[in-house]
Amino acid sequence: MRPRSPSFGRVARTVGPVLIVVWTAVPLLWLLSLSLKGGDHINDGRFWPAAPTMQNYRTVFRTDLFTSALRNSIGISLVATALSVVLATLAAYAIARLDFPGKKLILSVALAIAMFPTISLVGPLFDIWRTVGLYDTWLGLVIPYLSFTLPLSIWTLSAFFREIPWEMEQAAQVDGATPWQAFRKVIVPLAAPGVFTAAILTFFFAWNDFVFGISLTSTGRARTVPAALAFFTGASQFEQPTAAIAAAAVVVTIPVVAIVLVFQRRIVAGLTSGAVKG
Amino acid sequence: MSLATTTTAPRPGTRITDRAAAERRLGWALVAPALLAMVGVTAYPLARAVWLSLYSYRITDPAGREFVGLRNYGVVLSDHLWWSDVVTTVLITVVTVGVELVVGFLFASVMHRVVFGRRLIRTSILLPYGIITVVAAFAWKYAFAIDTGFVNHATGFGEFSWFGQRPSALVVIALAEIWKTTPFMSLLLLAGLAQVPGELLEAAEVDGATRTQRLFRVTLPNMKAAIMVALLFRTLDAYRIFDTVFVMTSGAQGTETVSFLAYRQTITRTALGLGSAVSVLLFASVVLIALVFVKGFGVDLGRARGER
Repeated sequence: MRPRSPSFGRVARTVGPVLIVVWTAVPLLWLLSLSLKGGDHINDGRFWPAAPTMQNYRTVFRTDLFTSALRNSIGISLVATALSVVLATLAAYAIARLDFPGKKLILSVALAIAMFPTISLVGPLFDIWRTVGLYDTWLGLVIPYLSFTLPLSIWTLSAFFREIPWEMEQAAQVDGATPWQAFRKVIVPLAAPGVFTAAILTFFFAWNDFVFGISLTSTGRARTVPAALAFFTGASQFEQPTAAIAAAAVVVTIPVVAIVLVFQRRIVAGLTSGAVKG
Repeated sequence: MSLATTTTAPRPGTRITDRAAAERRLGWALVAPALLAMVGVTAYPLARAVWLSLYSYRITDPAGREFVGLRNYGVVLSDHLWWSDVVTTVLITVVTVGVELVVGFLFASVMHRVVFGRRLIRTSILLPYGIITVVAAFAWKYAFAIDTGFVNHATGFGEFSWFGQRPSALVVIALAEIWKTTPFMSLLLLAGLAQVPGELLEAAEVDGATRTQRLFRVTLPNMKAAIMVALLFRTLDAYRIFDTVFVMTSGAQGTETVSFLAYRQTITRTALGLGSAVSVLLFASVVLIALVFVKGFGVDLGRARGER
């Protein structure tokens, strides 16, 4: 008999989780600790800050470039998410519930757009937006975010809507509910989790976008945080922006961490529903 | 037994009832806004990119616009820079997607088996996915930087400049990409693992199959669809790499990718004609990759999600 090595299953159950948590946590902790380093310690080559300070956070919140970008990021992401989810819900309902020719075509178009290299479009969009006055405006970013988040939302939602027991709507009406009551009390609660999932994924896309952010904006009017970070300079041109960028990066990561903590199950369901049967 | 179905079924397409017609109209009315938003922002600019690529056109000099036919494509395709960028992009794509497949599968196996702390692991695996790519790129850049970094101090690399030459710069870029996108890969693979029938694995074990045999003969073949879908999505995504390169090197030291070249020509240099040719070629290569996956490897995305 060959000697028994510790089974992969046992290793996977004990060491594996620790490795995964370390792998994801180290870069995040590094960013956090960098943001807490004072000017004297920023180049000390240590992982942890020797004398943690909130100075960098005060600096970024006093920098107009960052505060306006934060306002733009929040506003544009929320508007794009709201619009995208409404349009995707209508389309997904039709695809899941109604019989009409061209359903497959719409799913294929959505898929093709999901794979589109966005950078191919920024040249023409830059040109068109300047002509029609959408350059450097909120709407100028909301529109492309809408187009590129709709595919994933439509796929996720139509897969989700297919699983809803729609007969319950009629059952409620038979039991004396008005059509509006049946919709609001029966269908909305059943559909809400799926719609919510689509909203989270859409928000992540808009919050994360960099390509459109740097190409279609030029000032604090509409420039978003990822784009602003890339053009961030220190308070003076002799000051390194490293610590300030780290602090700004931590600030915009907080919403992501909060959403992940609260809605992790939904995010996983949404990410996998579009790609794997089940 | 089933005579009735063959005789009384109305021939499809000849006549539809009012109700069916109304349903069609409603269906199209509901999908129209979404379809318009998707196609309007992609098809028209793409068509315009194709059209612009046939002109010599700089935004700073609109009067000097001139039709040049396919000359822009000739300029791009005969330029050493284009091919060097293609090689860089393909290299990054192959290395990152390859590593992600292996690491992602290990992560998925761990998540599949783990009993305690599922929530914690799911949370931590989703953080890199949700974090802004630019933010992740900055975190990795500063970690490897000579002045602010801790990596050189911790590993005894001393004054080694990671961004000073092509190979090491590409390593850091690839690391940041792998860190950020492995979670997506592992979640898709986890969903695939869940579809492998447990009885099959037990039967193989009873029959004396080794762990390796069970992995390659039972587990992997049964999750082939999930693997191919994950590979397709990640390959197309990796090929478009832009944010990380922009933040880390701005394309210096031979780290420029195809997307970065398109951006630099159209937005930075405002050479819309030449830049559009690069954009169209980028689009064409993405279509080519998708075709290879769908036709060559038989990835059926429709079936993979239970469509007819």
